Amino acid sequence: MIVLIARRFILALITLLLISIIIFLGVEALPGDAADAYLGQSATPESLRALREEFGLDTPAHQRYLNWLGDMLKGDLGDSMARRKPVSEVIGNQFRNTVVLAAAAAIVGIPLAIVLGVFAGLTRDKWPDILVSLVAILGMTLPGFVTATVLIYVFSIRLEWFPAIAMVPTDAPVIEILPNIFLPIITLTFIMVAHILRLVRTNMIEVLVSNYVQMARLKGVPAMRIVFLHALPNAMLPSINVIALTLAWLLGGVAIIETVFNYPGIGKLLINAIGDRDLALVQGIAIILAGIYIGVNLIADLLALVLNPRLRTSRGH
Amino acid sequence: MSKNLIEVENLSIGYYNKGGKLVHVLKNVSLSIKPGETLGLVGESGCGKSTLGQAMMGYLRLGSQVMEGSILFSGKDMFGLSTRDLESIRGNKIALIPQNAGEALTPTMRVGKQIIETLELKTNVSGAATKNRMIELLGQVRLPHPEVMAERYPHELSGGQQQRVVVAMALAGQPDMLVLDEPTTGLDVTTQAHILELLRDIVAELGTAMMYISHDLGVIARVSDRVALMYAGEIVEDASAAEIFKSPAHPYARGLLASIPRLELAGIPNSMPGQPPIPGSLPGCSFTPRCPFATEICSSEPPELKMILQTPHLVRCHNWEKVVATDFSQELKDVYHIVEHKAQDVSAIELSDVEITYHQPNMIDRLRRTPEPPATVSDITLDIKRGETLALVGESGSGKSTIVRTISGLLPAKSGVIQFENCDLTVNVDKRTMDLCKKVQLIFQNPDASLNPRHTVAEIIDQPLKLYFPKMTRDERRARQIELLERVRLDGRYRLRYPGQMSGGEKQRVAIARAFAAEPDVVLCDEVTSALDVSVQAAVLDLLADLQQERNTTYIFIAHDLAVVRAIADRVAVLYQGRLCEVGTVDEIYSPPYHPYTETLMGAVLVPDPDTEPKLLASDTPELAPPAKGCAFQRRCPKFINDLCDEVTPPWQYPQDEDGHKIRCHIPINELLVV
Ligand SMILES: Nc1ncnc2c1ncn2[C@@H]1O[C@H](COP(=O)(O)OP(=O)(O)OP(=O)(O)O)[C@@H](O)[C@H]1O
Ligand code: SF4
Ligand code: SF4
Ligand SMILES: [Mg+2]
Repeated sequence: MIVLIARRFILALITLLLISIIIFLGVEALPGDAADAYLGQSATPESLRALREEFGLDTPAHQRYLNWLGDMLKGDLGDSMARRKPVSEVIGNQFRNTVVLAAAAAIVGIPLAIVLGVFAGLTRDKWPDILVSLVAILGMTLPGFVTATVLIYVFSIRLEWFPAIAMVPTDAPVIEILPNIFLPIITLTFIMVAHILRLVRTNMIEVLVSNYVQMARLKGVPAMRIVFLHALPNAMLPSINVIALTLAWLLGGVAIIETVFNYPGIGKLLINAIGDRDLALVQGIAIILAGIYIGVNLIADLLALVLNPRLRTSRGH
Repeated sequence: MSKNLIEVENLSIGYYNKGGKLVHVLKNVSLSIKPGETLGLVGESGCGKSTLGQAMMGYLRLGSQVMEGSILFSGKDMFGLSTRDLESIRGNKIALIPQNAGEALTPTMRVGKQIIETLELKTNVSGAATKNRMIELLGQVRLPHPEVMAERYPHELSGGQQQRVVVAMALAGQPDMLVLDEPTTGLDVTTQAHILELLRDIVAELGTAMMYISHDLGVIARVSDRVALMYAGEIVEDASAAEIFKSPAHPYARGLLASIPRLELAGIPNSMPGQPPIPGSLPGCSFTPRCPFATEICSSEPPELKMILQTPHLVRCHNWEKVVATDFSQELKDVYHIVEHKAQDVSAIELSDVEITYHQPNMIDRLRRTPEPPATVSDITLDIKRGETLALVGESGSGKSTIVRTISGLLPAKSGVIQFENCDLTVNVDKRTMDLCKKVQLIFQNPDASLNPRHTVAEIIDQPLKLYFPKMTRDERRARQIELLERVRLDGRYRLRYPGQMSGGEKQRVAIARAFAAEPDVVLCDEVTSALDVSVQAAVLDLLADLQQERNTTYIFIAHDLAVVRAIADRVAVLYQGRLCEVGTVDEIYSPPYHPYTETLMGAVLVPDPDTEPKLLASDTPELAPPAKGCAFQRRCPKFINDLCDEVTPPWQYPQDEDGHKIRCHIPINELLVV
């Protein structure tokens, strides 16, 4: 068991390292460098050289990668040239804002998805299932910005319940942010629920026809108890990893939603940074997103390990 | 006469197929069981046994419905009850023990917890007493270390242990009746015999009634007071166990009994041609197409289930008087036929000192120099003659399939030599020449797993033809396909069918035809008949014997059923934990002196005769790995002597001469002669 966990950890670290190399090389491959981008039209050979020296851009690539990596381990993501500030400082609050948005969506969305998925699975092919599944398919197939636009139209333009944009000061306290971001939360939740629900439904249906559920029924176990004790845990096991993937995707895909709602989160920041060719910032955000992605999957793996007796116990065969 | 506990009255169950047509599964079934009585329900696969068993619990498969009739349990109509009432009767008054215990236990719940669940829901035991009762129940089904077992998850138990847990779970609610659906099918003979004895004891002690469903007549003979025989959704005979086995009055009963290979009789039994029709699809008697007694009236008028003689013996047959008038025991003696074939005195395959292991030391093991565990299969020396059938027998885990997989090149041998013609067969299959692959063919236990469901029979048989006979033209191949299908007694029309459109026996024949398409010298048969009904099994055995006679093929035949082995094999090698215990001709193996393990296996065989008891010699505790030294059987041996068995590998002993029968045991031959 401990060996298993250790192995997963090491694997995650190696993946992260590889990704950091890829990100570095990716940015490196872009034509021009940070100094070009920063000085733009006003660049003269002298100013370029000076700037390159200032930022250490004239050392060989592998050297720079190692420096970057070393700094990163110390928590220093380098300096943003466009913004003339340390990257970590630029990211700081925006990252927090994204986490607030994603966490709120996940807290509402995951339980809701599971409940709806179980419900649809139980009423398979009857109208509650058909209704739920239909809406879910919509959520899965519509592009995020379409969903967002429709929701804006309905909830803020027609019903005027929530503000259409979530323009809050970047450093506003969480309490102040929340009332302003109902719509982005609903949009994200909707998309997420759609994905997770479909999966939970499929697994539930599979488990409900299994021999052990039939056995529990013939043992005279009440229906509700069968669902929660015998069926649900077994239906959830294969779902955990996909939920993790959905969550991780949520963090990446959040960029579009943030842009639509003009919400100062990391996704929007990333899009801005790309526009500004603020390479250090792009690298920093990319590595953070990659870290979260890997982290969430790692947690899911560990959770599956804890919940699945087959993986957990090595006793027997 | 005491009152009936359960009464099935004129029950018909059916479902509507895709075309909207009503298809019967059960047709006018009537039977009853008294408190404390055990009714055995037998019939071929698909005849509706499970459907009836589930209906007794008030359960219908999805899509099925009751067309007619009722089931009264303690006077209550099982299909008229509310869900609530059903929930409270199930597990409490009537409980199910299903076939595959491994699948019937919830994988994420500890087994103790699953029993406690029944206790909490179905009895008034509560608090700390629940746990004690659970442990007590696990002890009652003779699980070793109940406290430890209770904490395990289903996948951490062996098949036999899982089945015991399910029995304990069923007993937890102290039901008046148990419905058992093939509870021992798929278990080793020894485990099966132990579980059956356990059930018999418990039922006798608690006075529980049982409805025991099985296709195995040996099992039915052992447990039943009364037997109901089912054919195509109908009860065709219902009588006391003694009567149905000694003087069956329905031609179907006679046919089934005559198709069972017997431990005490050499030779292959008669096979019953054909297969059951869809219930109610024939205007007259459903058995007409397969019945040797059929007369004109049979194909037009359905017979009634009626009482014959004075005893409570019900039979559904127009001509039962004629059937009863023919002497059954004489008839039985005549059906077993020995297919003569001549094994030549030339070696086909010679195994010397073969050792096979699944253990692959990883880095840590190598660094730490962890001693290697004993090899899964070790010290196998066997000389198999051309045209001979050598059977490998032993319980699950004894390494039978491992040896066969190595011979076929799927698994490397750790050491030793397997000599075949001029080559060594220990090399991997992808390093073998085409010619070598062609000469050694393998047939598996489960045709469903080995036949591609998306290929037609023609395509399936065409593959080896194309591969091994590249010069054959298309028409030649086609002609050969038809010829091969005829050899396995399938009509040429089967060429265009898919595996899904055939019965188990037919699929197995296609698998055999595919193996023989390569014109092999050696065929490895891994449990090829164990998934088949007895009636079909006999046909497949016959077929294998015929093919062998024709081409002088060598067979290595794996089976756990000792009666089947007796029917087909020339020589037998008994294996325990990958070590040979005894090797000899069929006659030598099936009579004393026995190796203690052979004796244990023989003792556990259930014969279709209610008066014969099995002899349970050794416990059925499964072993995960062979012992490091001494005799492989030391831990379970009923004749265990002393440290000698633990420490010293026993010597081979030869009752006659060194080329013949040999037994590996420390006990002298003359003592082994005493059974
Ligand atoms: N709802 C249903 N839909 C389609 N087919 C069904 C349905 N219920 C039963 N059958 C069919 O009815 C037949 C009888 O089934 P049942 O499981 O009772 O047979 P069985 O005698 O227990 O067979 P086995 O020995 O293989 O377990 C089978 O061919 C089965 O496929
Ligand atoms: S009724 Fe006729 S066909 Fe049916 S079992 Fe009797 S003799 Fe055979
Ligand atoms: S050697 Fe000993 S343990 Fe092995 S079979 Fe003989 S008596 Fe039993
Ligand atoms: Mg069945």
